[in-house]
Amino acid sequence: MVTIYQGRPGLTRRELLKRGSAAGALLIISGSAVLSTSEAWGLESTALKPETIATLIQLARDIYPHDQVPDKYYAIAIKSHDEQAGKDAAHKELIEKGIADLDQKSGAGGYTGLGWEDERVAILRQIEDTPFFQAIRGSLVVGLYNQKEVWPIFGYEGESYSKGGYIARGFDDIEWL
Amino acid sequence: MPAPYALNDDSVVVIIGSGAGGGTLGNELAQKGIDVVILEAGPRIEYEDFINDEWDSFSQLAWLDNRTTGGGWRVHKDFPNLPAWIVKAVGGTTTHWAGASLRFQEHEFKGLTNYGKVEGANLLDWPITLADLEPYYAKAEDKMGVTRTNGIEGLPGNNNFKVFKAGADKLGYKECHTGNMAINSADRDGRMGCQQTGFCFQGCKWGAKWSTLYTEIPKGEATGKLEVRPSSHVLKIEHDDSGKVTSVVYADKDGKQQSQKARIVCVAGNSIESPRLLLNSASSKFPDGLANSSGQVGKNYMRHTTGSVYAIFDKPVHFWRGTTMAGIVRDEAKHDPSRGFVGGYELETLALGLPFMAAFLDPGGWGRSFTTALDHYDKMAGMWIVGEDMPQEQNAVKLHGELKDKYGMPIPDVWFTDHPNDVAMRNHAYKQGMAMYDAVGATRSFPTPPYPSTHNLGTNRMSEKASDGVVNKWGQTHDIKNLFVSDGSQFTTGAAENPTLTIVTLAIRQADYIAEQMSAKSI
Ligand SMILES: Cc1cc2nc3c(=O)[nH]c(=O)nc-3n(C[C@H](O)[C@H](O)[C@H](O)COP(=O)(O)OP(=O)(O)OC[C@H]3O[C@@H](n4cnc5c(N)ncnc54)[C@H](O)[C@@H]3O)c2cc1C
Ligand code: SF4
Repeated sequence: MVTIYQGRPGLTRRELLKRGSAAGALLIISGSAVLSTSEAWGLESTALKPETIATLIQLARDIYPHDQVPDKYYAIAIKSHDEQAGKDAAHKELIEKGIADLDQKSGAGGYTGLGWEDERVAILRQIEDTPFFQAIRGSLVVGLYNQKEVWPIFGYEGESYSKGGYIARGFDDIEWL
Repeated sequence: MPAPYALNDDSVVVIIGSGAGGGTLGNELAQKGIDVVILEAGPRIEYEDFINDEWDSFSQLAWLDNRTTGGGWRVHKDFPNLPAWIVKAVGGTTTHWAGASLRFQEHEFKGLTNYGKVEGANLLDWPITLADLEPYYAKAEDKMGVTRTNGIEGLPGNNNFKVFKAGADKLGYKECHTGNMAINSADRDGRMGCQQTGFCFQGCKWGAKWSTLYTEIPKGEATGKLEVRPSSHVLKIEHDDSGKVTSVVYADKDGKQQSQKARIVCVAGNSIESPRLLLNSASSKFPDGLANSSGQVGKNYMRHTTGSVYAIFDKPVHFWRGTTMAGIVRDEAKHDPSRGFVGGYELETLALGLPFMAAFLDPGGWGRSFTTALDHYDKMAGMWIVGEDMPQEQNAVKLHGELKDKYGMPIPDVWFTDHPNDVAMRNHAYKQGMAMYDAVGATRSFPTPPYPSTHNLGTNRMSEKASDGVVNKWGQTHDIKNLFVSDGSQFTTGAAENPTLTIVTLAIRQADYIAEQMSAKSI
């Protein structure tokens, strides 16, 4: 695995680094996989281009930015689009074209080449009413926030029946009032 | 033991739907020795099988058949195929409901008289008064085990309530407590007390919260006079040449069509499916649908003026812990036109889990303004607004012109636009709610738009005159003597209070009337 910090001429596409968010996570394309060195996970793409997936992860974070949530959960949240693209050519086209359009609007370095979230969000404001954007945003509402692993990051405790509810676990423990 | 009745048994009362209205009516009739068949579109899922998980529970219990919406409300844009949150299961929406159980106020039965002619509203007085309902309210409260009635203690206040109460005190509100809840504060009626699990909207796994699923229905079945047939979706009500209804056609669990004969038919499918069924039962004798000589079937759809206020504090609240809605301020429920609107509203505590909060806080919202709110999820408090909305004729459940369900029946198309009175009331409530939280140190608050409708009302309304509505003061249709409406679609106006206690009250009263009429052989 290669870690490359700048997409210089001479690098193969598959080695091209997809620069992560302002939070600094680094995503690497290797073969058909998107890899995160810092978080030690990889996502195998099946229908979409791996570069598209890496951009989708950044896009997901820009739509619902939570600096305390690692890339991994954004990657899981957008995975369904790769799966759906495999079954549905129209969906594949929607995503690939949507990303290509985003890159094109973002100038020479593409969408992920824009360093500041504000710059990327300015591009997103131009496309927020498109079916592409709405498809991604809509899927994230459940795809991101319904991951049980994400809940503790927000303090949400989830299922409580098996623990006997909160009757003896702080349903009325507020102290600062 | 549950009595199975034959399809050609024409002596039975057939009830369509097993929720607050249908489940209660079924038990009440069975207790009187009357033979009852309840046809319920959804499956039977006992409370042990409920799921403490918002989306999983939603897929387990909610009515997900396709619906469309129109009109000026935001739900039309944000949830185009989910105008309402209603359950499709034995027990109906009393599986998901929160348990808030309030009597209507006297003036609310006389909307037209007390509010006057409100432009654009189709107000009407109920043909009954609070005094008519009082004895039945008392029975309903006892049946449901409503706290702060019948000597039942109130629920203890959870964290969300404590923040709410502190705000109410600061604003000088006088009537603030943990509500009149159909949730056991201690063991009662063979069911245990609330364990503060905080998943009231997902079905109470302890059975502490009243639901027809594990109260009315098994009690009725125990008489041997009630059969509940799950996965039986009624498509059409049929009648004879004299115009009396004679049978209902339903799709059974295998999708096969069956016909159940009936002496009396009671429709209790909630305010979207009930009018839809009457409209879909049109015949050459009744070309506009059953019981629709007034043209009011499906009209005057009400959903309460709702909205939520969430607020963030600088310290933790953990508002999802404990009972979802046990907290109320009633001071604004009065009719005081000096506020700039007629009718009133209640403020009730509300908490959502993280998944639903993400979906409902600001549907369609994105970016940091949205996500920084969720970042402080554990420091949030929340309340729900429920106020009287104006009946309007163009707010209606209609049959879709083209789309059909899997049985070939037109799907419902639900139209709603706020009346200016609704908007004025909501804005007042947002302001008061935000002021409550500001008073206890909120650093940011959110006036959150209405969710898909949980209170669906008014689409077969009750009226003195046959030309003004669909049913008389007993819920009997003006046009067809042996056809009744037994759910919230009977409501002439919505009042400020959560509707279920009144639905149950009307069902108990209707059971007395049906039994009387049956023994007098008039139906
Ligand atoms: C999340 C939530 C919280 C709520 N909280 C409260 C609260 O705190 N207080 C309150 O008063 N109310 C509350 N409500 C509202 C309350 O649940 C409803 O007002 C009440 O259940 C309506 O009773 P109903 O008999 O009209 O219909 P339902 O209880 O919805 O029952 C209708 C039944 O009919 C069945 N049905 C429909 N069509 C057909 C057909 N064609 N054939 C066969 N069966 C059919 C349905 O499957 C359903 O089971 C809440 C609702 C929700 C969703
Ligand atoms: S909080 Fe109480 S009523 Fe609500 S689901 Fe839990 S135990 Fe049942």
